[in-house]
Amino acid sequence: MENLNGYLIISAILFSIGTVGVLTRKNAIVIFMCVEMMLNAVNLTFVALSRHLGNLDGQVFVFFVMTVAAAEAAVGLALMIAFYNNKESIDVDDINLMKW
Amino acid sequence: MFDYVWLIPFFPLVGFLINGFFGKKIKNEAVIGAIGTLAIFSSFIVSCMILLEMIGLSPEKRVFEKVVFPWIHSGNFKADMAFLLDPLSCIMIMVVTGVGSLIHLYSIGYMHGEEGFYRFFAYLNLFCMSMLLLVLGSNMLVMFIGWEGVGLCSYLLIGYYFHKKSAGDAAKKAFVMNRVGDFGFLVGLFTLYWWLGSNHNIWTINFVEIKAASHLLPYGGVVTVATLCFFLGATGKSAQLPLFTWLPDAMEGPTPVSALIHAATMVTAGVYMIGRMSFVFIKSPETMMVIAVVGAATAIFAATIGTAQNDIKRVLAYSTVSQLGFMFLAMGVGAFGAGIFHLMTHAFFKACLFLGSGSVIHAMHHALHKGHLHDDAQDMRNMGGLRKAMPITFLTFLVSTIAIAGIPGFSGFFSKDEILWQAFANPLHGNLNFYLWATGAIAACFTAFYMFRLVFMTFFGECRINSKVKEYLHESPLVITIPLMVLGFLAVVGGYIGMPKLLGMLPNYFEHWLDPVFELAGEYSATYAHKGAHLSHSLEWTLMGGSVVIALVGIAIAFTMYVQNTTLPKRFTDTFPTLHRAVYNKWYIDEIYDYTIVNPCKALGQFLWKGFDVLVVDGVVNGVANVVMGFSGVFRYMQSGLLHNYAWSMAFGVVVMLGYYVFK
Repeated sequence: MENLNGYLIISAILFSIGTVGVLTRKNAIVIFMCVEMMLNAVNLTFVALSRHLGNLDGQVFVFFVMTVAAAEAAVGLALMIAFYNNKESIDVDDINLMKW
Repeated sequence: MFDYVWLIPFFPLVGFLINGFFGKKIKNEAVIGAIGTLAIFSSFIVSCMILLEMIGLSPEKRVFEKVVFPWIHSGNFKADMAFLLDPLSCIMIMVVTGVGSLIHLYSIGYMHGEEGFYRFFAYLNLFCMSMLLLVLGSNMLVMFIGWEGVGLCSYLLIGYYFHKKSAGDAAKKAFVMNRVGDFGFLVGLFTLYWWLGSNHNIWTINFVEIKAASHLLPYGGVVTVATLCFFLGATGKSAQLPLFTWLPDAMEGPTPVSALIHAATMVTAGVYMIGRMSFVFIKSPETMMVIAVVGAATAIFAATIGTAQNDIKRVLAYSTVSQLGFMFLAMGVGAFGAGIFHLMTHAFFKACLFLGSGSVIHAMHHALHKGHLHDDAQDMRNMGGLRKAMPITFLTFLVSTIAIAGIPGFSGFFSKDEILWQAFANPLHGNLNFYLWATGAIAACFTAFYMFRLVFMTFFGECRINSKVKEYLHESPLVITIPLMVLGFLAVVGGYIGMPKLLGMLPNYFEHWLDPVFELAGEYSATYAHKGAHLSHSLEWTLMGGSVVIALVGIAIAFTMYVQNTTLPKRFTDTFPTLHRAVYNKWYIDEIYDYTIVNPCKALGQFLWKGFDVLVVDGVVNGVANVVMGFSGVFRYMQSGLLHNYAWSMAFGVVVMLGYYVFK
């Protein structure tokens, strides 16, 4: 595939944006969305390389990643609901009781 | 009967266990005393039977080893709980059990009314058991058990009046000095065992086996080292220079203890040990010389101190040290039989003297108590003229004093004269022999002097005790006087079994009895003994006459100073005040030891405590804890609780790892 580089670059950009979001944003839901973005960037990489190498392994793995992402989103949102019941906020800076 | 030799230490052990564990409940003094006395008396009966049986055997057959049970068998090291019966140990068990029985009987009367009555008899029995283990042991380990045991019992009994600080201090002093000696004994044991083992593959500590292998030992060299170490043990146990200062202090214990332990038995352990290993000691001419010199020096050193003491028991204590010096002098010139002979006669008359002094102190105490006075019951300056009030005590005391002074006809004469003759004639040390003899003779003169000084001050003259209480002085009961009479009798006749050939009246049974034990040593000594001129009989007669004259001179001086003209002592001390002060204060030897040894040890202890234990050891332990605390104080901030911090550190870690693999 002659524009493999393009796909990989886009994937890298998406991954970086997602990382920055995880590291910087306060809202827990936004962090979850950024994590989804990082996972999808990885999916894009897998599919592009799978097409490039002519091997379907990459695309099979994408299914796994998507499944995991879905499960993780469910669990994470349940966690946030429990947290909101406790603290009336989903600001991650408020999750600070387990410290020295 | 030889098979039952284990009964001899067993009876006192049983006595100790019964009196020790149940004595407090048995309130009856007679029962406790009876148990203790019967225990040791049974041992005496068994010893007599063994002696009679041994007399019936021919001299070569008089060696018997009884293994009670096999004890330690570990590789090459073999030590059984075994007892050795030969002429030497026979004499020792007779002395220990015989004199011990008499002293147990005496103690029933003497310790009457004491609160720890049962404790006394328990410890006394334990002591007898240990001493019997010591003299019967057929290997060095069993002997060492007894060696340590008598040291322990000495501590327990000296500190019997433990409420008195002086008694506790004296007990500790005795034990620590004994310990120094024990160290020497052990080092000697190890050296001998190791040398025989590694050089000749003979791994043994059994006396019979060592005797058989003794021809392999070299003259001097390693044998000198080993025997000097053993002799250090002997100096500690038998109170010789330099480890003798515990014995005068040991008079804090009750008088029967002084009589048994510090006159007749424990202090003779060193002499016995040298006798038992004569075939090893004789192989080191250097050590023999050291033993003889130390013995002679101790004899005269202690004799000088004894002339100025006022406490009746102190004089007897220094006398014991001095007489032990004579015994070591004998062992050092190779006259092992003479040394053991003096050991035996000394046990008789010294025990009699101590028990007699106990009788005197008992009477003085009783009288002073009746009159509510607090004078020192043991100070001779408070006594005088007691021979009228206490005739039996006086007679036995006088008889024993004549014996110790070395007057012919009494036991001490035969043994002491034999020692002096052997010191002069036995040609082991060449020219030194004359000086050894001279020192011994002077010490004998002093002995006669201070012993008769004691008798004159205590029993003659006017009674210096407070006149109010004079009438309360009376003779002691039979339990006390019967042992005195028996020992007094032995002090007179005990020497006749060792009459020298010169006098020709009786054969020298004693020397022949001990011949098989010491003849191997005699063979070894012949290889290096100086070939002196053949000493004639007339020389022996001259020396014998000389010793009698010396003794009479001492007695005459004492008579002049303490009976005829009692102002003479005061004039003497006024003319030589410094000399008198030095002698009275034991030549300041305790102070010297304090300054040179005790205080540096204490300082070392302080340093190791404050300097090392607190600063270094505690410092390291606390330091480790402090370091850990420091690190944790820094690292705990990593756990901030903020999610973003954790996310950042994860991202950072990923970058580092990727970077490593990318740039590798």
